[in-house]
Amino acid sequence: MDRNAAHRMKRGLFKATHLILLFLAMAIICLPGLWIVLSSLRPTVEIMAKPPVWIPRQISFDAYVAMFSGVGQGGIPVIDYFTNSLIISVTSTVIALAVGMAGGYAFARYRFAFKSSIFLGFMLTRTVPGIALSLPLFFVYAKLGIIDTHFGLILAYVALNVPFTIWLIDGFFRQVPKDLAEAAQIDGCTRWQAFWQVEFPLARPGIASAGIFAFLISWNEFALASQLTRSTSSKTLPVGLLDYTAEFTIDWRGMCALAVVMIIPALTLTFIVQKHLVSGLTSGAVKG
Amino acid sequence: MKSWRLPAPYLLLLPAFIVLAAVVVVPLLLSLYSSFTPFRLTRPDSIWTFIGLRNYERLFTDWEFWVAFGRTVLLLTVALNLEMVLGLGLAVLVEKATRGQRLLRTIMMFPMMFSPVLVGFQFKFMFNDNIGLINNALQGLGLTDQAIPWLIDGTLAFIAILTAEIWSSTAVFAIFILAGLMAMPKEPVEAARVDGCTPWQTFRFVTWPYLMPFAFIAMTIRSLDIARAYDIVKIMTDGGPAKRTEILWTLIARTGYSDARMGLANAMAYIAILLSIVFTAMFFRQLAKARAQIAAEW
Repeated sequence: MDRNAAHRMKRGLFKATHLILLFLAMAIICLPGLWIVLSSLRPTVEIMAKPPVWIPRQISFDAYVAMFSGVGQGGIPVIDYFTNSLIISVTSTVIALAVGMAGGYAFARYRFAFKSSIFLGFMLTRTVPGIALSLPLFFVYAKLGIIDTHFGLILAYVALNVPFTIWLIDGFFRQVPKDLAEAAQIDGCTRWQAFWQVEFPLARPGIASAGIFAFLISWNEFALASQLTRSTSSKTLPVGLLDYTAEFTIDWRGMCALAVVMIIPALTLTFIVQKHLVSGLTSGAVKG
Repeated sequence: MKSWRLPAPYLLLLPAFIVLAAVVVVPLLLSLYSSFTPFRLTRPDSIWTFIGLRNYERLFTDWEFWVAFGRTVLLLTVALNLEMVLGLGLAVLVEKATRGQRLLRTIMMFPMMFSPVLVGFQFKFMFNDNIGLINNALQGLGLTDQAIPWLIDGTLAFIAILTAEIWSSTAVFAIFILAGLMAMPKEPVEAARVDGCTPWQTFRFVTWPYLMPFAFIAMTIRSLDIARAYDIVKIMTDGGPAKRTEILWTLIARTGYSDARMGLANAMAYIAILLSIVFTAMFFRQLAKARAQIAAEW
């Protein structure tokens, strides 16, 4: 009886601790994001208030209105930055996917000399720190005259994303049984047809998530973008965020609002792919 | 005569080769060359003066550079280890949850979507000595009466940067370790329990070896872009105050762009690249080892 009660209490205690810890962890994860959203909706006076105002007394969308109303009204050219970001990320993702599909297919389906060294070589190009790469790229781009153009950044981002898309897509093609494509070929498909009609549809969810991953990397990239862009003709959102910092002051509210604008597309896309992403990375790496 | 064609796999890999050669390999060769010159952006013809290893010699005796180098290694080591431990803890917590696991998993991935720039800015805001959430909370709870100068004091700034870095990247570890926990067969754990193992022993000798490859995948992925910490540091302190949080990458940016000493910056960049490669190669080998072990056991 006594032992039973003690055991039950221990279990209850254990469960309570688990819940508390879980709650704390989730709170720590969510709090910074929520704080940003909250700060973007309250007047600057409240952000600066001493003693701090915890619960907002009034909610306003002024920061967003100011942001989208153009340069003259104390905003920054957010719409330009947003379009730049979108064009650059989408284009580079599409190209990286095409290149990655070809490469991933080669790694998943063929045996060839130096296979693993080539794979490792591709991965090693990814380890080059962005800022270290930006030095020679800056010089080359300046010579070619493609600094501050969409083309320059797209090119850089394709190279940045290709190793990852190859890795992911390789993993997804491995999951598609080889027999299926072979059966199709026996039935008279060419290898090309077999790929598009059998293997591609099966690997499509995986490829889509590789695409979203590539999109997020381009969308969030800063080190290269900060050096290879100059003006509204190619500046992306992460670089635009710095427009809110003047020499000694920072427009916290404006920055928070821009942060929210930046995070929403990323948030939506990640929700869509979260499942495929992990399975692709693990299958590529564990069963390699 | 039959015309010779490139074998299919090489043909398929050709676009990747071209892109990576054009954007990564050739520029890096160029930067390797320019690291042997006193190249300055302001004097373009200085790229033709060859000075041999003088840039590197200078770096090897440059105290400031080695301090930044050491700080970078320290930051990475502490951050990666803490991220692994916290990620493991988080994964276990989520795995044990009986309800709402899907929701928890989604929330867990939340920080991964944040651009490092955003993370840097967000924590700069929270650690602000005057209006930051953290100081406000500490003062509100009466734990301290003055504002703690988080980003102004060298050590505290390092801690703040570390916090931001860990907040943003723990999710990577948690996700992969969780994937491992969920894929793990239940029998070995039960067998260990029947054989009288304590929970700790079960975890240490049964669960953990199984999870290791997953942890190393996460490590490898993280090590592929550890240099993203540059974004965070750049925004939070920009290497300040008085260079007390200067890391390798901010030093490179400063030397290359602000001081316009490209040659020297490229020499530093090469050392930074080697550092990244060492980190990645280390984890790749661990991954291969863990993978071989799993393959043998399955």
